[in-house]
Order: sequence, then structure tokens, then C-alpha cells
Amino acid sequence: MPYRTEGEHVMSINRRQFLKLAGVTTVAGIGGTAVFNGLRDNGPEAAQSSPDPRSLKGKRWGFVVDVSKLKSGEDYQKCIDACHSVHNVPDMRSLPEDIRKRQEVKWIWKDTYEHTFPTAPEDEYQNSELKEKNFFLFCNHCAQPACVRVCPTKATFRRKDGIVMQDMHRCIGCRFCMAACPFGARSFNWRDPRPFIRPEKENREYPTRMIGVVEKCTLCTERLAKGLKPACVEVSNGAIVFGDLEDPNSEVRKIIASKYTIRRKPELGTQPGIYYVIGGVEHAG
Amino acid sequence: MYDSGKIIAGLVIFVVLVTFPFISNMGKAGAKPKPSIDTPVINQMQVKQCVEPKEFMRAEHMQLLNNWRDSVVRNGDSIYVNKAGQSFYISLQNTCMNCHSNKKKFCDECHNYMAVKPYCWTCHIEPKESML
Amino acid sequence: MLDKALTGSRRYWTWIFILLAIIGVAFLAYLRQLNEGLGITGLSRDVSWGLYIGQFTFLVGVAASAVMLVIPYYLHDFKKFGKIVILGEFLAVSAVIMCVLFIFVDMGQPIRIMNVILYPTPNSVMFWDTVVLMGYLALNLVIGWTTLGAERNGVKPPAWVKPLIYLSIPWAVSIHTVTAFLYAGIPGRHFWLTAVMAARFLASAFAGGPALLVLLALLVRKYSKFDPGYEPIQALGKIITYAMFANVFLLGLEFFTAFYSNIPGHMQPFKYLYAGINGHAKLVPLMWTSGIFALASLGLLVFPGLRKNEKILAFACVILFISLWIDKGFGLVVGGFVPNMFETVTEYWPTLPEVIITAGVWAIGLLVLTVLYKVAVAVREETA
Repeated sequence: MPYRTEGEHVMSINRRQFLKLAGVTTVAGIGGTAVFNGLRDNGPEAAQSSPDPRSLKGKRWGFVVDVSKLKSGEDYQKCIDACHSVHNVPDMRSLPEDIRKRQEVKWIWKDTYEHTFPTAPEDEYQNSELKEKNFFLFCNHCAQPACVRVCPTKATFRRKDGIVMQDMHRCIGCRFCMAACPFGARSFNWRDPRPFIRPEKENREYPTRMIGVVEKCTLCTERLAKGLKPACVEVSNGAIVFGDLEDPNSEVRKIIASKYTIRRKPELGTQPGIYYVIGGVEHAG
Repeated sequence: MYDSGKIIAGLVIFVVLVTFPFISNMGKAGAKPKPSIDTPVINQMQVKQCVEPKEFMRAEHMQLLNNWRDSVVRNGDSIYVNKAGQSFYISLQNTCMNCHSNKKKFCDECHNYMAVKPYCWTCHIEPKESML
Repeated sequence: MLDKALTGSRRYWTWIFILLAIIGVAFLAYLRQLNEGLGITGLSRDVSWGLYIGQFTFLVGVAASAVMLVIPYYLHDFKKFGKIVILGEFLAVSAVIMCVLFIFVDMGQPIRIMNVILYPTPNSVMFWDTVVLMGYLALNLVIGWTTLGAERNGVKPPAWVKPLIYLSIPWAVSIHTVTAFLYAGIPGRHFWLTAVMAARFLASAFAGGPALLVLLALLVRKYSKFDPGYEPIQALGKIITYAMFANVFLLGLEFFTAFYSNIPGHMQPFKYLYAGINGHAKLVPLMWTSGIFALASLGLLVFPGLRKNEKILAFACVILFISLWIDKGFGLVVGGFVPNMFETVTEYWPTLPEVIITAGVWAIGLLVLTVLYKVAVAVREETA
């Protein structure tokens, strides 16, 4: 079909060209409108929100964990329960054990020295009491986090105060962060968590998560915003010390300066912010 | 035309299928939504004023919530100052639903009418509604 | 040209309906996964990626392999590939579509997939993988369709296709390099943390993809009037042989570094895959099958006397493809997660719903491939 026949000034267009034009125009119209709407800034400006004046301010929040202060299983469980109940972390103990182990969600838990520090294992000559002791594991809130590096949507990101935060609204559930984290700190919601949150333990002031997103310890940002310390710290009886690692006068810095502390897998360069006091169990304070 | 029987039959089926939602709902128009602000907290307020004026909230509450979400989760800012200079603690569960504790008679009224199902509530805990 | 896919023999339509049936069942399984969560798969907190991502990784390689036809034909004027370049390009289209689908079914919140576009994150390799895969899909669709359309009309393709074809060459290499980077930059998982990952990926892609292509070419010859030709298939056979040698050699290098260094973190994943740890040995039979098939296929391919026999070549391609499918589509992913970051072992094995959904994605890919090949073959038959 000729686009323009000789001698005629009428522009004829064949059916194929017309359909192509119509298709492109439709896509451009819908796409363009969508882009325009997406870019348009609507609603109140960001300048109208500000931090709570009670918030704790720091440049790099971290923990020092001194497990010599934890004597019994209950001491550990108190910290775990405090965190998990305040954040509505699901309790999956009603599931068969093999499924529970595979799908559990945990923000803080305990494990042996060997599993906490697998790249610095103790051998048969070193302090054998260390082998018996349990340590707390949580997110290390690294300064150079691998998880943040790989997240394709910035759903996990590092705040100015050093906390590696999780935006549950944005997470697409790709689990790249779980592959990247060298510390196994992250949990995924393999199923709907709601049935596993005990109604009597539910914290109605904090949301739950939903199926298909990743979650982990957030260093209790919602508590810090109100001037409170993280939940696990408060009930740990001094076993978990919270503070600003960049403040030389903070308690955490004082402990790190005076005692021998190690971090998990420091050779990987992620610069964890959780320090563990190492020593004989007899050492005081 | 060729195959006129098949074509006309096909057209009739197509028209019926496409207009079926309208035909089956004829005469069953939903009642205009009447969101209720009859809650204990609101009843105790002297001036019944939301975070922003009613007209603004009606049109833009989802945009406001999106901005709030980014303020708290991504920027760590948990205080919002509205156009009138009042401060609010940014929280869907603890601020919005504190006053609007009757989700079924408030939020759901318009949402159901518009067939909108926001999935905020899969994470944000709904208020427990006592008999009002 | 798409109308050519709407006419076919009884066998053609039976095949189409079988594929549609598989897709239907898989779709129901996927709805169940959407409803109940990814917990219905065999994945776990420790092994958080499995069959879906493994298949994605393997298929990116298959998609990239089209370049093994494009380079000889377009850059070096190897006219023998003239008739089958289109088969490679359409295989790439089908493979990339499968890749995208495998990512989609693996996501916890697929409804939010636009977040990857709305919040672009240049430091994330996954962002770049999305970009390059989409670009490669578009490239191959446009190039394939345009060149085929031109051939059908008996004219040369328009001039603007040439730069796109040249672009598709580095682009093909890039899609698989970027996919390798998903693994090769992850600290803490020593099975993956190797510079050789991208090289291994490319080598196995350039062996596995053309192997599949050989099998498809033989099928096309059997079931249609279009004969890709003995010579092109032999040329592919040589490419496959060299690429497979490179792949097996690189795997050997991995073994050396792991075991000569004697570093536990490096050795453990290999031990798990090929010998088992503490009685956990689910993958051992599979990995040995993969290894034996790899060596056997090389044994058949390296001797021209054997390779020139198309039946032997086809058999070698089958076991080679299976070997690489196991190694890249399964062993690679699981090996990165076992042992876990606490040096304990949580095993992984796909569940039935997971396998059904996987089969469904493969069926969609095969459907796309069938339709595209039907069009290409019909045009060939027309212009022959």
C-alpha cells in the first residue's frame, strides 16, 4: 500500500501503520501520565516532619555484649522475649520442629561460641569454659553492610546514626540481603506471621510484618525515638550495653578500651558494630 | 458478509459479557458512604479536628501516610507539624487509629464503597472495636 | 508473521495443549504459593535461594549463548550460521522470559516489583541485572523479528538493525557477567566468592546453550521441512567442545584453590556437595552425576570421529546439558548456603509445589519457543 500516491496530496495510511501509531500513542499516553503522576510531588512537604525531641542522638549506635553477666537460661530468655514481644515477632513453636527451624523468625537469639564466631574457632587448648557459654546474636549494624550494598530497592539502608534499618513497606522479598549477610542475621516471612503472634503478647503500639518480607533487629529505632534504650538492653542486667561508638566518653567505648573484645567475622570488612567481651568467666564487671 | 451467523452470535456474546457487571448490579446501587466519627476519643475532643482539615484528608490521606512512612522509617523523624502549627506523633496505629478507633464504620465505609482494599492492615494492627 | 503459529499439524497442537495444561496446573500452584507464602517450597532461613534462582541463573546462560552464533556470522562472516542465527536469537528470547518469570515466582512480594524501577539503586547488582536482562530481551526480539520479517519479504534487513546486532554481542556477555556478580561479590560465602565465577558462567553458558541449540536444530529438522544443515551443527559442536573444556578446567581450578589452601570455609561447601557433611548428603548423587556426565560428554565430543556422528553428538549434548543444569541450576546456589553462616548444615530439597511451578515456567518458555520457532520455520519453508 503506498503511503502517498503520486500526484495526490491526500496522505493515505495503511491499516498496519495506523495500528502501530495507535499502539504507540496509547502506551506513550498511559506511560507518560503515570510517570508524570509519579514524579509530581503531592501532599505535605518533608520539611513539616522533624525528630522527636526526646530521641537519643548518636553517630554510630552499637552494643557491647558481656555474657559473663548472664548466668541462667532465663537471663538469656528475658532479653529474647523482651525484643520479640515488643516487636510482635511470631512464635512458631507450635509448628513441627523441622519446619520451625526452617521458617523461624528471630531478631535476637543465643548460640554457642563455635557458631557465633565460626571463623575464629577455639581449639582444644583454649579456654574450655568459652565452649560452654552462649552468646547473643543479632544484626551487627555494620558500618559497611553487605546487605545494604545488594538491596535493589534500598529497602534496607543505613541511617545517619549507624543503624541498618529495614523498610518493610518497600521490601520486595527478593532475599538478596539474606544471601549477602555474612552473619545470618535476617529472617524472611515464609508464611503469614499473624497466626503465630500470641494475642496476650501482642504489642498494639507496633506493627507486625506480613508474608514475603525480610525482617531483622532494628536496634529498636522506635524506642530510641522516644528516648528509651533498646528492649533487650533494658532487661539484660548489664550484659548488653548500648551506646554511641563514636563518642569516646560513652560506656561502650570505655569497655572496648579497657577489655579485650572481638567482633564476628571482622576479616570480611563489613565493620560490625557489636562487640563481644572475651575473657575468663571469672572476670568481674 | 461471510460467516454472518457466527459473527453476530459472537458479537452478542461479547456485548453480554462486557455489560454483565452493569446488568447484574442494576438496581443494587450501594448507599452513599457515611463515615462515622463517633468514637470515645473524638467525642471527648472540644474541637473535632484531624491532623489536617477534612477536605484535605479526604483527598490526600494516602499521600500523607506515604510521606509519614518515609519520615519515620527512612528519616527517623517521628513528629509532624501540620499547617496550623500543631504537632502530632507520626503513627497510623497510635495517632490516626487512636481517634478513629472505629475502622469498620469509618475507614471501611468509603473503602468498601469504592472497592479499595488497602493492605496496610496486614501489618498495622487494626484497632479492637468495642460495641459503640 | 505471528499468524504462522496459528496453523499447524495435529502433533503441533497436541504439544501446545500439553504445555498449556502444565501452565494451568502450575498457575494454580503459584496461586497457592502467593496465598500461603514461599514456605511451601523447600527454602529456609538458612537456604534462602533454591531451585527458582538456580534455574534463573542457568537460563541466563542459555540466553547469552545466542552470541555464539552472532559473533561468527555477523563479525566474521561465517556464512554457515546464516540459517540458524534466528534459532539462537529466538532461544534467547524464550530463555530471558523464563529468567524473568523465575525471578518473579521467587519474590516474596511480587506486587511490589515496580519498586526496582521506582527506586533505582546503582550499587545493587540485582538492579543492573534487571536492566540488562530487559534490554537483552528487547534487543533479541527486535533483531530476530526484523531480520525474519525482512527475509520473508525477500529484502535485506533495514540498516538500523546492524548496530543493534553489534550491541547484542557485548550485551550478551554482560548479562551473564552481571548475573555472576550476584554471587561473586558476596562476602562470607566462600563457595561463591571467587573471581572465576563470571568466567565459569560464561564458559558453561557457551557450552550449554549451544548444546540445547544443537538438540533444537535436530528437532527442527525432524519435525519440519527446514533443515538447519549438517555443517552448522558440526560447527556448533566444536564451539561446545571448547567451551566445555574451559568450564571443566575452571571447575578444577576451584577445587584446587579450595583444597590446597586447606581453608575450612573454602573446603566445606565442596565437601558438602560431593561427599556430604555429618551424614547430610542429599546433593551428593546429583553432583557426581553432573561430574560424570561432564567428563563423559567431553570424552565423546573431543574425538572428531565421534562428534561427526550426529547421533553421538546429540547424546553428548543431552548429557552435557543435564550436567550443566545440575551444576548451575542447582548445585551452585545450594553450595553457597551450605554450610550456613554459623557453620551448621541445613539441607535443601525442592518440594512438589516448587517443582510444579518450575515446570510451569519451563512450559511457558517452551511455549514461547515453540511459537517463535514455528514462525521462523514457516518463513524458512516459504522462502526455501
